[in-house]
Amino acid sequence: MSEVRTLVIDGRDVAANSDQTLLSVARENGIAIPTLCHLEGLTDIGACRLCMVELEGSKKLLPACVTQVQEGMRVVTSSERLLEYRRRVIEMFFLERNHVCAVCVANNSCELQSAARALSLTHFELAPLHPDVAVDATHERFVLDQNRCILCGRCVRVCDEIEGAHVWDIRGRGANARLVSDMGTPWGESTTCTSCGKCVQVCPTGALFEKGRSVAEPKARRPYVPYLVGHHRRA
Amino acid sequence: MTGASGTEGAVARPTRARRQAEPLVPQGPARASAHVCQAAGCLSMGSDTLFAELKERVLASGARDVAVKRVGCLGLCSAGPLVEVPEQGRMFERLDQPGGVPLDELVASLTGGALGGRELGEEPFYSRQVKVVLERSGRVDPEKIEDYVADGGYEALTKAMTTMSPDEVIDEVVKSGLRGRGGAGYPTGLKWRTVAKAAAGPEGKYVVCNADEGDPGAFMDRSVLESCPQQVLEGMAIAAYAVGASRGYVYARAEYPLAVKRLTTAIRQAEREGYLGREVLGTRFDFQVEVRIGAGAFVCGEETALLASIQGGRGTPRPRPPYPATSGLWGCPTLINNVETFANIASLVERSGEAFASIGTERSKGTKVFALTGAVTNTGLIEVPMGLSLREIVFDIGGGLAEGRKFKAVQTGGPSGGCIPEHLLDMTVDYETLSQAGSIMGSGGMIVMDDTSCMVDVARYFMDFCREESCGKCLPCRVGTQEMYLLLNRICSGRAGMVHLARLEELATMVRATSLCGLGQGAPNPVFSTLRYFRDEYMAHIQDQVCPAGVCQIEGVPAVAGTHAGSHGGER
Repeated sequence: MSEVRTLVIDGRDVAANSDQTLLSVARENGIAIPTLCHLEGLTDIGACRLCMVELEGSKKLLPACVTQVQEGMRVVTSSERLLEYRRRVIEMFFLERNHVCAVCVANNSCELQSAARALSLTHFELAPLHPDVAVDATHERFVLDQNRCILCGRCVRVCDEIEGAHVWDIRGRGANARLVSDMGTPWGESTTCTSCGKCVQVCPTGALFEKGRSVAEPKARRPYVPYLVGHHRRA
Repeated sequence: MTGASGTEGAVARPTRARRQAEPLVPQGPARASAHVCQAAGCLSMGSDTLFAELKERVLASGARDVAVKRVGCLGLCSAGPLVEVPEQGRMFERLDQPGGVPLDELVASLTGGALGGRELGEEPFYSRQVKVVLERSGRVDPEKIEDYVADGGYEALTKAMTTMSPDEVIDEVVKSGLRGRGGAGYPTGLKWRTVAKAAAGPEGKYVVCNADEGDPGAFMDRSVLESCPQQVLEGMAIAAYAVGASRGYVYARAEYPLAVKRLTTAIRQAEREGYLGREVLGTRFDFQVEVRIGAGAFVCGEETALLASIQGGRGTPRPRPPYPATSGLWGCPTLINNVETFANIASLVERSGEAFASIGTERSKGTKVFALTGAVTNTGLIEVPMGLSLREIVFDIGGGLAEGRKFKAVQTGGPSGGCIPEHLLDMTVDYETLSQAGSIMGSGGMIVMDDTSCMVDVARYFMDFCREESCGKCLPCRVGTQEMYLLLNRICSGRAGMVHLARLEELATMVRATSLCGLGQGAPNPVFSTLRYFRDEYMAHIQDQVCPAGVCQIEGVPAVAGTHAGSHGGER
């Protein structure tokens, strides 16, 4: 049984059901909190730490996506400190793998890119890690490019919780953590993948994408070449 | 079951290995008994063959009133193999080792000759300790439940189950003021009460023992499990009775094979004797304990990661609340305590909460076991009352530093802890004081460092550890520890400017505030505490391109030869 709770977010009085999270109440009231690992309809895991908010009377920051509302909470969602931390989170997402927006299939439809824009992230201070990571193009329709994976786990959860196939998992620890299909077999050899494409749809970046969309794939029209460079004149 | 040697006859005869492990028990009362340490440290020095040899020698001497038995850890690991003769109050160190006590001296001592070894009473290493957790560790055979029971073991469980209600047991734990020994120091009684009050889940409730000790330089839990596993099991059984659980797990590291073996033996024996399993002590109370072995991830010491691992999942933490006390294993209320916390329970129940609380300080009650290591003379396992000063631990019990070396810092609390400098040596060791000093009690690792340690290098060492052990789930820990490591590396190699130091401090603050679990939140601590007390060393690396301790290899400057002693590894 959910009951009504009242709380204050960014100075505004808001009402919520007791089973709601801070994130859902905030969004309901038009207060934007950036997220990457959260996706409506999937279990929240509190991993990207973008949605951290301040709670009055507490020194600890709270992840809005997994914090249940409580009566009388006074929450701040965008202090100078929070914005600074969020910029740092986005910066580290970029530096962790090899992101090159200009040649990315997700350019202009990328959640990481738009979060960076929204936070006015203009430059990097920390060092890029430049890991040597793989691209798996063995699937007939889709590609996994680890260079762009931010380990948000949305694909893992959508495949497990919605499609029920549980193809994806994370393997390895820390900087060696990698998205893997079927316990580490190439995606194309997966016996559990239904090729439903849900993972591709929920991927916030260009890590999972459909073939034929990448910037390298459009074909030049070779038959026109002789006309362009004037082969016929020499003949 | 190991007795089936395939010889003729209906009765299986013990194997040779088994016979060799049997103690030598005299017919009447023993005039003297040799307690031969069989914990990992002494075993690695050959204390098992020493035990067999000693038995032979005593038998050959014709003495019939001398006992020779295997016991758990005797504490002073650096002087192993150790043998104690309690009737004579003597300790025989480095037995049969070059520069140590010859075996003859011990045999003479045991068989009525001149007393040898060292007198325990006058050795501060032994006399300054107060043993509650380790009380039975050098006294009982770790692989024999009969020995534990003969020493008064399982009396506390019997007392609790026959004369106390579960609530009364919890009252005693609350009164004792016992706090979690895994590091955070959460009040144990309160945790028990929460689990007791929680409505049982579909599978009832669980009691879990966290034996995933992983701090560098820490081996308290390993020693307790190797020395007296029954004491931990008894504590778990009392807890299960108090909170209403019927199943339990001990989550132990795979790197502790001896502890796991002895624990497994102990569970089997306790089930056989009716202290665990179905119908404990003939009552309707069931408590079944299983061992789960970790796969080597440090993060699995974090309680939610540990539970995920027990359930067969990937060992990654999850946000709390809900806390395991209300929703733990398979969604059921789960009590998780550390090995040492459980090891305190039997004596606490047997005596009383008040008696337990008479040891220690205002807010930190009882004793604490520490693994004392590093640049001190006496390294090993110690147990001291809360409130002793660091100076007493390092210089009295630890015997101070090697000749000519100068004390620099004590590191407590492992990778989430900090370094305490010389001017704070007189501070008392308790939860509050340690955290005010920028460190933590932690699980009990205590690493003493002298002037051959570079504090920036120490911070880098712990950051290297954290970046390796980060589970990778949350970004600040996964990438933040990498970036902090790179910055520390830059400072160590003399390539950093003030801007890098500022970035390091900024990043450390951010990682502490935003990480998901204790691993990430605590990872910046070694940086903060070394910056707080040893900023001058950072500045020397940055401004003068000099490593004062001569540990770090400054780029373009050849390392000073011969000053690498005690380094945690140079340039990587």
